Amino acid sequence: MKSSVKLFVLGGLLVAIALALLVSPFASGNPDGLNKVAIDQGFDDTAEQHALEDGPLAGYGVRGIDNQRASKGLSGLIGVVATFGVGFLLFGALRASRSRRPTADRT
Amino acid sequence: MHIPDGFINAGTSLGAAAVAAAGLGVAVRKTSAYLEDRQVPLAGLVAAFVFAVQMLNFPVAGGTSGHLLGGVLAAVLVGPWAGAICVAVVLLVQALFADGGITALGLNVLNMAIIGSFGGYLLFALLRRILPRTSGGLTVAAGVAAGLSVVAAAAAFAIEYAIGGAGGAPIGTVAAAMVGVHTLIGIGEALITGATVGMVLKVRPDLVYGAHGLVPEPLLSRQLQTKPAGS
Repeated sequence: MKSSVKLFVLGGLLVAIALALLVSPFASGNPDGLNKVAIDQGFDDTAEQHALEDGPLAGYGVRGIDNQRASKGLSGLIGVVATFGVGFLLFGALRASRSRRPTADRT
Repeated sequence: MHIPDGFINAGTSLGAAAVAAAGLGVAVRKTSAYLEDRQVPLAGLVAAFVFAVQMLNFPVAGGTSGHLLGGVLAAVLVGPWAGAICVAVVLLVQALFADGGITALGLNVLNMAIIGSFGGYLLFALLRRILPRTSGGLTVAAGVAAGLSVVAAAAAFAIEYAIGGAGGAPIGTVAAAMVGVHTLIGIGEALITGATVGMVLKVRPDLVYGAHGLVPEPLLSRQLQTKPAGS
């Protein structure tokens, strides 16, 4: 049972990586709903520059990679791996926090 | 749907951050009480999957795009508490991509993680009561709740804009435009959520948190067919 959950997670991660790496470069580049409303209603210029606007991954691209699609796909791959890593560690810590209280432990 | 810094003033953002933090606090407490070992990698996967699908902007009417928010999807798969944390993790990682503001993080967590997962799961649970207790019924409940959660998030933005929005756009117009376009985006959210939940239900129904009390029809009929011969 345990190993088959691992298999499911591995398969799911491969799907997520494929979507981020291979499909996201072909996603619509139009402004999303909120941005479009902001443009139409004239408050889009109130947006301030993001603190990490000059970061290496800003705007879903990897700085230094000129090919736009490769850049976006690679940034997606990094994002998926980073999100899984952060999530796994965080949820692992939450699970572990219960083990330290023996009374709350389930059998 | 990611609010950048500047759209909403600091006071309103801070208030939203306080509400979001309180919600996440509850989510953390509940999650650490129920999360099982095997759900740890699963919850990580759900967060990673939501990140990936949020990158897939699909076109809706008039030069506009939308993407999955994922609050209901995450909530149905790993529960509303862990689900909200999944979406919050996604929003946090997205800061590296300069997507969604830093001071607006509380607003975004409130609209997408708290309203999306808590509110969306509540809708999902209500819909499950009136829909058949089959995997089809569960899939429809997840899809409809997901679609409505996007409209709810859009309405939440309109309220936040009414309280502390910049640029002086008329509140009524902003609210109508937000709800209008996000009704279309919500259809996409419903389809993606329904398809994903349906697929996981087919492969591993035991891993779907929201499937408690589900009567898996094919399994049931298979049992009925094999049981008399076996015992």
